[in-house]
Amino acid sequence: MKKPMIFSQFFRNNGAFLGSVMMFLVGFWIIVLILLPQLSMLDFSFRFNLPPAEMGGPKDVYTLHNYKYLIYGAEAREGTYNTVDLMVFMRTILAAIGVTIADLILCYPLAYYLGQSKNAGFVRLLVVLLIIPYWINEILRAFALRIIFGDAGIINEFMMWTHLTREPIDFIRANIALYAGLGYAYILLMLFPMYNVIESLDRNQIEAARDMGASWIRIHRRIVIPHAKPGISSGATMVFMLSAGALAAPQILGGPSSLWFTQLVYQWFNNSLNWQQGSAYAIVLLVTSIAIVLTFMRIFKVNMGDIGK
Amino acid sequence: MKSNPLFGRLALGLYLLIFFGYLLGPLVVMSMTAFNSSGFPSVSPWACFTFEWFDVLFKDERILNSIKNSFMVGFGTVILSVAIGLAASLVLTQVWARFRSTYYTIIIAPILIPGVVLGISTLVFWDRVSRLLGPGTDAFLHNGLFLTILGQSTFIASYTMLVFVARLQRFDPGLTEAALDLGATHTQAFRKILLPFMRPAIASASVLAFLASFENYNTRPSPSAVTRP
Repeated sequence: MKKPMIFSQFFRNNGAFLGSVMMFLVGFWIIVLILLPQLSMLDFSFRFNLPPAEMGGPKDVYTLHNYKYLIYGAEAREGTYNTVDLMVFMRTILAAIGVTIADLILCYPLAYYLGQSKNAGFVRLLVVLLIIPYWINEILRAFALRIIFGDAGIINEFMMWTHLTREPIDFIRANIALYAGLGYAYILLMLFPMYNVIESLDRNQIEAARDMGASWIRIHRRIVIPHAKPGISSGATMVFMLSAGALAAPQILGGPSSLWFTQLVYQWFNNSLNWQQGSAYAIVLLVTSIAIVLTFMRIFKVNMGDIGK
Repeated sequence: MKSNPLFGRLALGLYLLIFFGYLLGPLVVMSMTAFNSSGFPSVSPWACFTFEWFDVLFKDERILNSIKNSFMVGFGTVILSVAIGLAASLVLTQVWARFRSTYYTIIIAPILIPGVVLGISTLVFWDRVSRLLGPGTDAFLHNGLFLTILGQSTFIASYTMLVFVARLQRFDPGLTEAALDLGATHTQAFRKILLPFMRPAIASASVLAFLASFENYNTRPSPSAVTRP
């Protein structure tokens, strides 16, 4: 079916009725659901927050004010920066990268084991066990972690019972609960793409390398990881983007004194009712995360087409 | 690993134990708290085994109402995203080779857009549409359920599309061509050949879409923001 697609050709292949239904659905999705909302948010982010009466009036002009606010704060003076919001932004991005790396390290051995194990029944059992937690709502999972990490939570109770520590450790304030929750929320999105590609690796290649005396590390570095690269990159991309854009886990598990960048976006929309400012923040988050993903893809030489396979 | 099989096995077992402890532990704790009579959600101190909280649940009007809403949004999202995903995957198999990777990038992008951003942009866009169309459309376009269905379908359609693409790889286009040669119309060939072949994929995509919608928290144009100043 690899014919060049010209519209007339497309309709000849699918018939007029089906062709138009498909065209309509795909067009609706791409244009109305994906492109136009993002563009109108971009447009919004360059405008002032005006009362409805002044919209379209002489004051309704394009401005960089909303972006300047993120960098310089309310008073656009020289030398002062909006340190609070910028710190939140940096922390969100760095923590999302950290969560991604942690998930990668945690998942790689299991993905390798599942992909290469000869014991099919045991693998199937493990896969079922993996999926079960994901039948439970994301928010409930976050609450479960809150119960575990809380002051009177299981970990603290256990550590005090074994006299490892005398005072309960405040995991919530230290954001340990938040990082664990984010890693927990998206761990399967890392595992399954990796498992799928490693499963397609021919076992003989590993055995050949082993027979020729390659060390265990060398086998992984030269054979398994290059083969698994598409899966690793698609898993890492999804975990990074989703944890940078997470809202539920930070709201439930985040420490009282620290915010996630998405919470700032949310506050601009819901508490301050300044949609323009919120749009600018959302655009900054979106553009930065895409730029980071593309940079990593360039460094590791993977294509966009590998994502989601 | 080969040099010391016993050590390797022990390490593997320990690793599996930690991994699944991390994965399943919170669930066990969660279910235990449901039966603990203590008012604050906790396992320790264990006060008393009780079914009291389930009583509270079924008497709470607000929770029951929101479950109803979740189901409505879920069904709407399933219908919209399965239809879009199927169409998009069929177009992917036929699209002009040079345009293919661009097209794929566009339709995979919604998975990668942060949920909050997606929900907010949906809200901003439809708010503008309703202002363009005049006040009469407000009630419909400002309906939180309607916007939530649209916002969620945007990215859930990408998931269903992936499911369909995987299944379509095993489809033999010769079958459709044979049906067409024998005089079937395109619509008949689609209904009698492609659709039955895709049925398992449609079923699993529907389940996936429903679950993704039901448990989604991030992508929803929030009701408080819909009543805009």
